[in-house]
Amino acid sequence: MSTVRSSIAALLPRRSDLRRQRLRSAWLFLLPMLVVLTAVAGWPLVRTIYFGFTDASLTNIEGARWIGIGNYFSVLSLPSGATLYDGLLVDPAWWRAVWNTVRFTVVSVTLETIFGMIVALVLNAEFKGRAVVRAAVLIPWAIPTIVSAKMWTWMLNDQFGIINDMLLGLGLIGQKIAWTASPDTAMIAVVIVDVWKTTPFMALLILAGLQMIPGDIYEAAEIDGVHPLKVFWKITLPLIRPALVVAVIFRGLDSLRVFDLIYVLTPNNLQTKSMSVYAREFLFDFDKFGYGSAASTLLFLTIALMTIACIAVGRVSVSGEAR
Amino acid sequence: MIAKLVRGAAFYALVSVIVVVAVFPFYYAILTSLKSGTALFEVDYWPKALSLANYVSVLTTGTFLRNLGNSLLIATVVVALSLLLGVTAAYSLSRIRFRGRGLLLITILSVSMFPQIAVLAGLFELIRALGIYNTPPALIFAYMIFTLPFTVWVLTTFMRDLPVEIEEAAIIDGATPWIIVSKVFLPLMWPALVTTGLLAFIAAWNEFLFALTFTSSSTQRTVPVAIALFGGAGQFEIPWGNIMAASVIVTVPLVVLVLVFQRKIVAGLTGGGVKG
Repeated sequence: MSTVRSSIAALLPRRSDLRRQRLRSAWLFLLPMLVVLTAVAGWPLVRTIYFGFTDASLTNIEGARWIGIGNYFSVLSLPSGATLYDGLLVDPAWWRAVWNTVRFTVVSVTLETIFGMIVALVLNAEFKGRAVVRAAVLIPWAIPTIVSAKMWTWMLNDQFGIINDMLLGLGLIGQKIAWTASPDTAMIAVVIVDVWKTTPFMALLILAGLQMIPGDIYEAAEIDGVHPLKVFWKITLPLIRPALVVAVIFRGLDSLRVFDLIYVLTPNNLQTKSMSVYAREFLFDFDKFGYGSAASTLLFLTIALMTIACIAVGRVSVSGEAR
Repeated sequence: MIAKLVRGAAFYALVSVIVVVAVFPFYYAILTSLKSGTALFEVDYWPKALSLANYVSVLTTGTFLRNLGNSLLIATVVVALSLLLGVTAAYSLSRIRFRGRGLLLITILSVSMFPQIAVLAGLFELIRALGIYNTPPALIFAYMIFTLPFTVWVLTTFMRDLPVEIEEAAIIDGATPWIIVSKVFLPLMWPALVTTGLLAFIAAWNEFLFALTFTSSSTQRTVPVAIALFGGAGQFEIPWGNIMAASVIVTVPLVVLVLVFQRKIVAGLTGGGVKG
């Protein structure tokens, strides 16, 4: 890249007006994109944060009044002498949503990493019909989330679902289970569908890492008679670690904002309600626009902090090893 | 010899499990969509009688056809706009050195990490103020938040790797930057444009949260919202046959696209992901 710059710069020593022209058009070319991004991301984010400090309601957004941190935390002193605490930070339903989101993220990303690794190792092997398998694996990724949620809602249906039919046939369960409705199994259902849908993405990222490992390393290990499992732990895993770390961070940040799947697969279920679902409920269903904005802001802060942490840690481990 | 056979058999057993798990739900959706009447409520593993009744009913009653049109229009315009804005921005970011370029790239990348819910309230206010609530332009505008950063990022990475010679000749001939972008770079960029365009199309076609929030009447919905709200609330019997037919209609074009452009999509995903 530096060679690109220096040779173009070498062309231009006496023609600095050309250089200025290039610089001017650089900003001219960037301007439309910057305007659109500011309008669609920057400004709305600022407004959301602002609404979080107001008592805005859906029917009266314009009449929003500044109430400070009241949506996050407020203390009410009753005449009787008792004090009441109110706001997001003391709302058990909010912490329930936080816990659901974290639990969902940890469990599904862990499972996706394990299954993604298995699928990637299979796709990295040479065998007849590999192209067909790779195509088949891409199908869950290609299916819209809403469609896969509906497909699985039908398959997991308690009365007519094929999953209960299979499990009953195999004798694994004694009676039909209401997978998406029952509090005990709703989260399991959500994780199953998410793992099914996003394992292909994980597998592809890991596969890209696997394919960058030169083949002669494996040949050398084979000649030395190293056990395949040891080859995996000592050679493959360390070499694909950078790709793996990036894939896990990507999926993790994505899972923290989960909305579609939970909204459609397990509507109104306290055991699965995520932070995004909680925030949207207050914004548009409960007519507490300000409170919902405060919840959105907290979710944004959580993800922003984790992103910064990941970039900081990732720069040390990923690029440190890559160089 | 026997150990080798066993290992081969175990490997192919694993391969079959992967394929069956990946494909079965879609297969079962197709199977269900081809059933009618009470056959819907019997579990079958193989097709028995084939009926197109669900497809006919989905396409002729209700607003599904209109919803398909909305989705197609919105996704196409989103792709066109983000490629147009993306190519010019990527040229500046990859080929011209200026102060603040690194910071700008990081900012653009961080926008793609935004949780959609964080801008939902502000976007809702803005879209209502612009008077585009419940119309396709609202969604076209909103979708820029995830297609644009991604497009800019992938195209910048691609352009940066093109050799300097192609630009040198044009600069010596006195070509303006716009000529350089449109006449020199654009013809070379088809592979990257196809990849990013496809991924942007899929993202816009599948989006749900914005589409659910920024539309209110059934004729303005896109297909994911239409499918999610099928049958409407308060109805006792969920029309599973119709839902599955609609799901298959929405998914088949995507599956075909993905299978045809398999290599390009994989390259785009891993390029954008690993480098991002």
